[in-house]
Amino acid sequence: MSTEQPWSRAKGPFAAVFTAPALWLLFFFLVPLAIIWAYSFGTTQGLTDIDINGTFSNYVRIADPVYIEVFVKSLWYAALTTFLCLVVGFPVALAITFSSDRQKVWLLLLIMLPFWTNLLVRTYALMAVLRTEGFVNDMLGWVGLGPWPLLHNNFAVVFGLVYVNLPFLVLPLYSALDRLDRSLLEASLDLGAGHIRTIFEVVVPLALPGILSGLLITFIPALGSYLTPDLLGGPDSQMIANVIERQFKRANDWPFGSALSFILMYLTFFAIAAQGLVAKRRKGLEQ
Amino acid sequence: MSKKAAPLDYLSRWPLRLWLVLVAIFLYAPLLTLMAFSFNDSRRNIVWQGFTLDWYGAVFQDSDLLTAFGNSLTIAAISTVVSLILGAMVAVACWRFRFPLKPAFEGALALPIVVPEICMGVAMLVFFSRVMPWPDDLPWPFSLGAIIIAHISFSFPFVAVIVRARLASFNRELEEAAKDLGASEWRAFMDVLVPHMKPALIAGALLAFTLSLDDFVITFFTAGPDTVTFPVKVYSMVRFSVTPEVNAASTLLIVVTVLLTAIGLKMQGKDVAKMEGGQ
Amino acid sequence: MAEPLIRIEGVCKRFGDFAAVDNVDLAIEEGEFFALLGPSGCGKTTLLRMLAGLEVPTEGRILIDGKDMEGIPPNKRPVNMVFQSYAVFPHMTVEQNVGYGLRIDGVAKDERAQRVQEALGLVKLDGFEKRKPDQLSGGQRQRVALARALVKRPRVLLLDEPLSALDAKLREAMRSELAIIQDKVGVTFVMVTHDQDEALAMACRCGVMNKGVLQQVATPSDLYEYPANRFVADFIGSVNLFEGKLVIDETSQALIEADGARVWVDHGVTGATGGTVWAALRPEKIELSHREEGGHRPPVAAGTPEGANMLAGTVRHYSYLGSETVYEIEAAGGRMIKVLRSNVRRYEDRGFDYDQPVWLSWSPQSPAVLLS
Repeated sequence: MSTEQPWSRAKGPFAAVFTAPALWLLFFFLVPLAIIWAYSFGTTQGLTDIDINGTFSNYVRIADPVYIEVFVKSLWYAALTTFLCLVVGFPVALAITFSSDRQKVWLLLLIMLPFWTNLLVRTYALMAVLRTEGFVNDMLGWVGLGPWPLLHNNFAVVFGLVYVNLPFLVLPLYSALDRLDRSLLEASLDLGAGHIRTIFEVVVPLALPGILSGLLITFIPALGSYLTPDLLGGPDSQMIANVIERQFKRANDWPFGSALSFILMYLTFFAIAAQGLVAKRRKGLEQ
Repeated sequence: MSKKAAPLDYLSRWPLRLWLVLVAIFLYAPLLTLMAFSFNDSRRNIVWQGFTLDWYGAVFQDSDLLTAFGNSLTIAAISTVVSLILGAMVAVACWRFRFPLKPAFEGALALPIVVPEICMGVAMLVFFSRVMPWPDDLPWPFSLGAIIIAHISFSFPFVAVIVRARLASFNRELEEAAKDLGASEWRAFMDVLVPHMKPALIAGALLAFTLSLDDFVITFFTAGPDTVTFPVKVYSMVRFSVTPEVNAASTLLIVVTVLLTAIGLKMQGKDVAKMEGGQ
Repeated sequence: MAEPLIRIEGVCKRFGDFAAVDNVDLAIEEGEFFALLGPSGCGKTTLLRMLAGLEVPTEGRILIDGKDMEGIPPNKRPVNMVFQSYAVFPHMTVEQNVGYGLRIDGVAKDERAQRVQEALGLVKLDGFEKRKPDQLSGGQRQRVALARALVKRPRVLLLDEPLSALDAKLREAMRSELAIIQDKVGVTFVMVTHDQDEALAMACRCGVMNKGVLQQVATPSDLYEYPANRFVADFIGSVNLFEGKLVIDETSQALIEADGARVWVDHGVTGATGGTVWAALRPEKIELSHREEGGHRPPVAAGTPEGANMLAGTVRHYSYLGSETVYEIEAAGGRMIKVLRSNVRRYEDRGFDYDQPVWLSWSPQSPAVLLS
């Protein structure tokens, strides 16, 4: 923006608003991250001491098939969750976009309220419903099915991830669709295309940057999920975050946990960079 | 019905209506079941046995749970206030000034938003156990300091994003007009810029409060045995067993959340209406 | 008479209590260039969108080619539209935009390419095939929208405020060009506009709408010279209105007694019921002459009743507009009257200055008598 003022021309006001947040960010965020980054190149000495000696052994250990499997599984669950959220959420976002202003407020509230509700409470609610003696199996029992094991398995994890993350996708999807020029859709209908054709030929290409950022906003927290696999999953449902937690709280191998954390962060950054690249490529089309 | 609907009026098409109903059931059925069973007169939480308020009584006699609830609200309140101040300041700084390494700084500021919770959690764990051990013998609420600091770290960048977006729509001429009419830099800031930021500050406060109240993972890593928050307490209860008492406590939290959201939206709605009316 | 191409019967569109379009009946003939004219919010765009199928009437029927359009979605109608914002797909090239409708219809590739070329030639955009919309000017984008709609060979082309987003010079050029294109392709055009000049210059017939109601359908000159009511008289061009009572109403003459003015016309008024009527007098149809103490009165037509079709006034203001000058004259009783004089000669002294006493006079053929 051309209205930005060089800091040197108003040192007093600049220092007044800049110093405190910058120092906070440095001390209470960047420094802690830097420490675990350093730890990831160290080894545990004795019970508590960590010797930062520049070793890559922690990263080499991740190449163990056990951990590779955890990473692949985490990526797969996150991708599957994101895809399912897209399938479930797209029609919802579409309906909200083209509803009247009054309806819009209520529909957005409908999506937002669970989003504002405590994650742990939501996960717990799901546990109660999915239990073998839970609500869903009761219903299945009435129609002569089940009981099926719905909790403490991989199904429950993905189900829970979709449940928890759906609002994350619907909201950005809605804002992406809402920015579209309605007359473009009308022009497509007018020129002979049906609704499905219009969605694929006009809506999706034009809203793609917004859709992608919505997918990213869903994918990142899904990838780093801790609570959902921990509470809903079975013994084989561990995701990266659960493994990291174990290194810090139980196995007491901080350097290895740090290395795992950074790999998770790099994966996150990679996803962001990939999305940024695609968005940039398409930017010319959006004007 | 659908015969009389305009082609883009998707909401009046029955397949989409059905879809919306199913999604609403998906989102709300678990929560409503949870709330309903908090009034169930049975320890086993499965079959409806009759109405009771016993579990709420149990919640209000469970001093651990009450302490945890009080801790959560205190942490959320303090963290919201500090996040609001820091977030607004940094938003103004980035909006107003050009300074060296600004893109790098903005990138760093976005980090707490994108970094996975677990990574931030372990970083905080290490920081508060090795670099700046938080004394455990401090009087309440200072004993909660480590958790509060962690919460501010991940909340204030969110506030900054919201305030910054709002500032983008600020008409610089308003500030110039204030100065032209004799206001000092500080007066112009307080009289013109802050009122403009107000809706974003309300939205930011609401978000910071909910983020703090909602957080489990980062708190889980920062909390000591004596500084348990509500989610951490519920987590340990859930691990142990699913009891109607947890249902009751959760219901209370849901009610608090809904009330806060309603108040926040109302304040925001009024404020936005006022701003728009005044223009 | 043959069935008109478009027949609109008793069409209403209500949004809650508000009637955007109120009981409109209209027939549009094959090959016509029809303009729907009215102030913003008068329902003209809603009516156009109902033709396209983008809105659904609350009541009434729309027939195109004798076929009831009820329940037929926009993609199945023999009409195409040029949107106000043009709605050119930003992610497609000019060629892809124009070919979109043909591709949807499954037209073979070769034929498609050929028809796209023809359409682009028609709107003079040859050589722009590979451009993206953001590399085009507003006028060029509009041509793309036009070609895209015409290439489908619709029975009716709908144009929503087609010239409103263009600058003044381009707008004038496009007016004649649109008329030429219409002539070439022979497609029926239905255009919506709030700009009366545009409608008068381009259309064969115009429908004037206000508050959802169709006020009058007529040729441009009939709209101007024989307005159906005060709204039309006032909306099309500029007008002086005299409100009064009919004191004489015979087959060959009528006299209106307005407050401080008498208006005499050389024809009877049909349908008058003795209530209030209005005489509408266009500013260019009033003569202006000097008024001096004891001087001559301006001549009036034979048979004019005493004191009719003449007013004493004083020049209060004038605006020199180059080709003409608009005078604002204060007549007796404070009535303000607009008079327009063409500046025919370069050296002519304008002759009328502020606060000068003048006579206003007009012929009995000039006023239009309005009943509502």
